[in-house]
Amino acid sequence: MSLMAEPSATGRFGEFGGRFVPETLVPACQELEAAFAEAWADPVFRAELDHLLRTYAGRPSMLTECKNLGGQLGIRLVLKREDLNHTGSHKINNVLGQALLAKRMGKKRLVAETGAGQHGVASATAAALLGMECKVYMGAVDVDRQALNVFRMKLLGSEVEAVHSGSRTLKDAVNEAMRDWVATVETTHYCLGSVMGPHPYPFMVRQFHRVIGQEARAQSIEMLGDVPDVVVACVGGGSNAIGIFSGFIDDRSRLVGVEPAGGAAVSRAQPGVVHGMRSYLMQDEYGQVQEAHSISAGLDYPGVGPEHSYLASIHRAEYPNVTDAEVIEAFQLLAKTEGIIPALECAHALAWIVRAAPEMQGQTVLMNLSGRGDKDVAQMMDVLGI
Amino acid sequence: MTGMLETEFRAKRATGRKLLVPYVTGGLQGWQDAVRAVVAAGADAVEIGIPFSDPVMDGPVIQLASQRALDQGATPISILQEVRGLDVQVPLAVMLYYNTVHHAGHERFAASLRDAGVVACIVPDLPLEESGPWCEAADAAGIETVMLAAPTAPDDRLPRVCARARGFVYSVGLLGVTGERTALADTATALARRLKAVTDVPVLVGVGVSNAEQAVEATRVADGVVMGASVVRRILEGGPEAAGDYVAQVRAALDAESA
Repeated sequence: MSLMAEPSATGRFGEFGGRFVPETLVPACQELEAAFAEAWADPVFRAELDHLLRTYAGRPSMLTECKNLGGQLGIRLVLKREDLNHTGSHKINNVLGQALLAKRMGKKRLVAETGAGQHGVASATAAALLGMECKVYMGAVDVDRQALNVFRMKLLGSEVEAVHSGSRTLKDAVNEAMRDWVATVETTHYCLGSVMGPHPYPFMVRQFHRVIGQEARAQSIEMLGDVPDVVVACVGGGSNAIGIFSGFIDDRSRLVGVEPAGGAAVSRAQPGVVHGMRSYLMQDEYGQVQEAHSISAGLDYPGVGPEHSYLASIHRAEYPNVTDAEVIEAFQLLAKTEGIIPALECAHALAWIVRAAPEMQGQTVLMNLSGRGDKDVAQMMDVLGI
Repeated sequence: MTGMLETEFRAKRATGRKLLVPYVTGGLQGWQDAVRAVVAAGADAVEIGIPFSDPVMDGPVIQLASQRALDQGATPISILQEVRGLDVQVPLAVMLYYNTVHHAGHERFAASLRDAGVVACIVPDLPLEESGPWCEAADAAGIETVMLAAPTAPDDRLPRVCARARGFVYSVGLLGVTGERTALADTATALARRLKAVTDVPVLVGVGVSNAEQAVEATRVADGVVMGASVVRRILEGGPEAAGDYVAQVRAALDAESA
């Protein structure tokens, strides 16, 4: 059986996951679980989704070999180009799936949380395409540092609400989206942006992102003649990482999920419950959730998807972390050596590759370039003092 | 075995009294005086909130109070220590989010509640399916776990929720988070009526019961009300005394109605 089989009946991967939501939301989660299972098994739904992925999102995304940077590092470095999807990141895979499903369930409205704004933009895009109403919650700190994406969402017809509670970043945007959903559950679908939250979200979102791993495996074999030695992705909630890992979970490939040093939930390995799931969580001695700190808004999250906690606990994947300084270097390095500006989130994965390259000499390394860096340019101008 | 809270609520209900449970955010400046004030004003029990960093079932007022308490250094341990000094003659319940329990450990946390003199516990992000381990530990320590029932629950779910409820059943008054509303939602009495049809455990409506008039309206069907945001707002704006005056007003309205 695959290491990425379905979760247990209670929505658990090992001892992680579950459904820790207010009673009000239990029927909605049950309904979603049943609707997803039914749709995923329905060839008509799958064909509709595949059609959108091909003709709207631009799939399959290609592999690009980085000969310049790979040569410099002494490895064979290949990028999975999720940055070339419509809306600029992998987030569109999940959002098209959920929006189609929501519509099938008769929901008229989407709510979403967003950190860097990539999931918010993807949600706003799907809502525009499918004629749905959409409201995106975004931490006030992130609204400031990702002004471009805020404007994109508004342009796409969505309402964006800045969240001023708590740390005013991604975790608080999730809280506010859940509060909205508690009040509007009869007409609204919560379009959750990562492999987190209550069951069935971690499972469902992973299934929608499996396409990344499926394509990447076939493409790797064609380009490299084999699966890669190492597969690397950044991890906030962990959706792009789970997507690419899914293609190689039962292979010999080493799987590496890179967290920001200021949001290293897996390294701390302390289980907690927030946002509907039991998973590794940054918390203080009383169980208060701590604020993550990262240069990238998309990884500024104190928890992690439960399946990552599971993969870490069974030692199938490893979760190192990198500092903001290493990320800033990696961001510029890819731009200068390969002509590709990565999202700050993905620069985390590259930063680890740069650090670990001396121990990976001659190996093939596949990195998920999950988003493009245009959104980060203004912030980086400040950081670099340009 | 029926616990102290449920025994007392059943006895009071039998006399025709409508049950009134104000909510006070623990750790907030002056919170102990607020508890004493609402008890003096006729509360039948008090629900003490243990603040959490991510209170997803709470609206702006209780979020603000929780944040303030946390900023002032409140912890579950400091609040439970202060509970011991309250010396009030009504049952005390705590409302907290599940990670507070999960982090401390079920048995350990249940024991710390019992040692502090708390008799019941409300965990709004712990639905029936996930409640087993906590309820077992709470039962063993003699802590009554109040279960919430939501307006979205299908008919076959309500009896199962009620069967697991100790103390009382918390009938969620509306689709949404805690906070004051201009009118009592239709769902409030509708759900309370559905619950009364399937259980003998006292049914109290909470979330969105915002003034004396709405409390009276809710208790035409339910056995009582939990009042949160409207009490906490008065503590924030006018201190313990303002909360006491308000609860006295609600008490009088409930008593006038049931007289």
